[in-house]
Amino acid sequence: MKLELAQVRHVAKLARLSLTPEEEARFLTQLSAVLEAVDALASVDTTGVPPTTFALSTAAHVRPDEVRDELDVDVALRNAPQKVGTSFAIPRVLE
Amino acid sequence: MLDLPLWALASKLAGKELTSVEVTQACLSRIAATDPKVGAFLRVDPEGALSAARAADASASRGPLHGVPVALKDNLLTAGVETTAGSQILAGFVPPTDATVTARLKAAGAVIVGKTNLDEFAMGSSTESSAFQKTKNPYALERTPGGSSGGSAAAVAARQVFGALGSDTGGSIRQPAALCNVVGLKPTWGRVSRSGVVAYASSLDQVGPLARSVRDAALLLQVIAGRDAHDATSADVAVPDFAATLEDGVKGLRIGLPREYFVEGMDPEVAAAIRDAAKTLEAAGATVREVSLPHTKHALAAYYVIAPAEASSNLARYDGVRFGHRAKDVKQLKDLYERSRAEGFGPEVKRRIMLGTFALSAGYHDAYYVKAQQVRTLIRRDFDQAFADVDVVLSAASPTCAWLLGEKLDDPLAMYLMDVLTLPTNLAGLPGLSVPTAKSSGGLPIGAQLIGKPFDEATLLRAARALERERTLDAWSPAL
Repeated sequence: MKLELAQVRHVAKLARLSLTPEEEARFLTQLSAVLEAVDALASVDTTGVPPTTFALSTAAHVRPDEVRDELDVDVALRNAPQKVGTSFAIPRVLE
Repeated sequence: MLDLPLWALASKLAGKELTSVEVTQACLSRIAATDPKVGAFLRVDPEGALSAARAADASASRGPLHGVPVALKDNLLTAGVETTAGSQILAGFVPPTDATVTARLKAAGAVIVGKTNLDEFAMGSSTESSAFQKTKNPYALERTPGGSSGGSAAAVAARQVFGALGSDTGGSIRQPAALCNVVGLKPTWGRVSRSGVVAYASSLDQVGPLARSVRDAALLLQVIAGRDAHDATSADVAVPDFAATLEDGVKGLRIGLPREYFVEGMDPEVAAAIRDAAKTLEAAGATVREVSLPHTKHALAAYYVIAPAEASSNLARYDGVRFGHRAKDVKQLKDLYERSRAEGFGPEVKRRIMLGTFALSAGYHDAYYVKAQQVRTLIRRDFDQAFADVDVVLSAASPTCAWLLGEKLDDPLAMYLMDVLTLPTNLAGLPGLSVPTAKSSGGLPIGAQLIGKPFDEATLLRAARALERERTLDAWSPAL
């Protein structure tokens, strides 16, 4: 299908991506082209065919719910771009 | 020494004919001499490698890879060594832990020399979408090594390391292996742990080896395969001794040639090389028949809905809060997300996030995502049906030989077509292997793909070995 600019903007908002006007224009063309190719799927008869999420089903593995020594707080925070004490920092969300 | 296959080097190291330090030093010198031309490595770790080599020389054998220098695709976590997945958004990210595959290589004694280049987040077929550099094909420096594991394929082909790991979501091990005259194996989904692998599309991603011989690939797979408590989807299936059956030949093996895999736009020379590979295996005792995988023509469309959909969800974690790039001078949380992601992701990653978000969005979810998953079922059933009559399926791994750098960069659809022969395997969760089979008239490598039943990598390796024995292309090294 052919997308419209408003749809590109809506999808960018859902994807939490701020796009430049040039990117919006480029994605409008490129995504429309890919979707037009993808639209061929509509011609496949899938009546009564169940969807596949995982090609091979593996039994769910369960384990006891125990505390284990995996990652210390300071190690887990080492890659945080900004931190406060033992927390990840974000811009203020409550005044 | 650098021309030795991994298995032969491992045996010389075990017999103390060579030391790990001298072998590692030779690899580092080879990288220093050739990588300015090839660009396979994003990061070389000489100190870490030499210290691991010294430790190997000083200790009793820890396993089958004791002292062997190898490389890892840069989407596999290495504790204490920067891991970027080829993306600006992870520049400077130093993982606190090893991926399970990294840990298993180390436990088997391997020396990790460095991290290889890839398309950003493994999204691409030429390694050109890396945020950092372009990798060249060691057999033709003006051409692509393929992708997304192009760095690993090029490093192994260029004799910089003895083996490497890559990841394969739609062909990212097998296609670069074919373009670079090396063996590449994508295991059955669930055969190898995905813990510590930077996620792209979780229902399709698998880690596997790239190597200069089939025996090397078997050895590497042996080390990384098997159930892992850190990956709930890793399969509880016994891992056979892959080397034990490697030389058993193909007498009585039933091989299927899928007529839909001789596609329009395919290089006729590649198609001829595959038919020739079939004849060679037939002469070695296999039976060859045509099979049909009728939904093949819809696999590309299904893949380019499912993979981006999963990617859009997996990549939601890059938000500038816990790790990775964070936009500066941002007042609101929403802007922090939107700007960190806009600044950190490259064009192909944004394109796939947009595509996937669209396919999952209200009003389009059923028409695109569910429809693609239904077609995925049909593709899986095609293989089930084919495997009722044959043991392996034989095709090309890439429809063409290595193309020129830049040639398809502005045309996403043309680039996506380069995965058309490999991605149905990922959709069906099956193991696939690419083995060198010919040298084109233009002097470029051609790889044959073997696809097998679930968890039957042993048969793929055995068939590939039979072809390798006749072809001896492992002796063809690039002039660098």
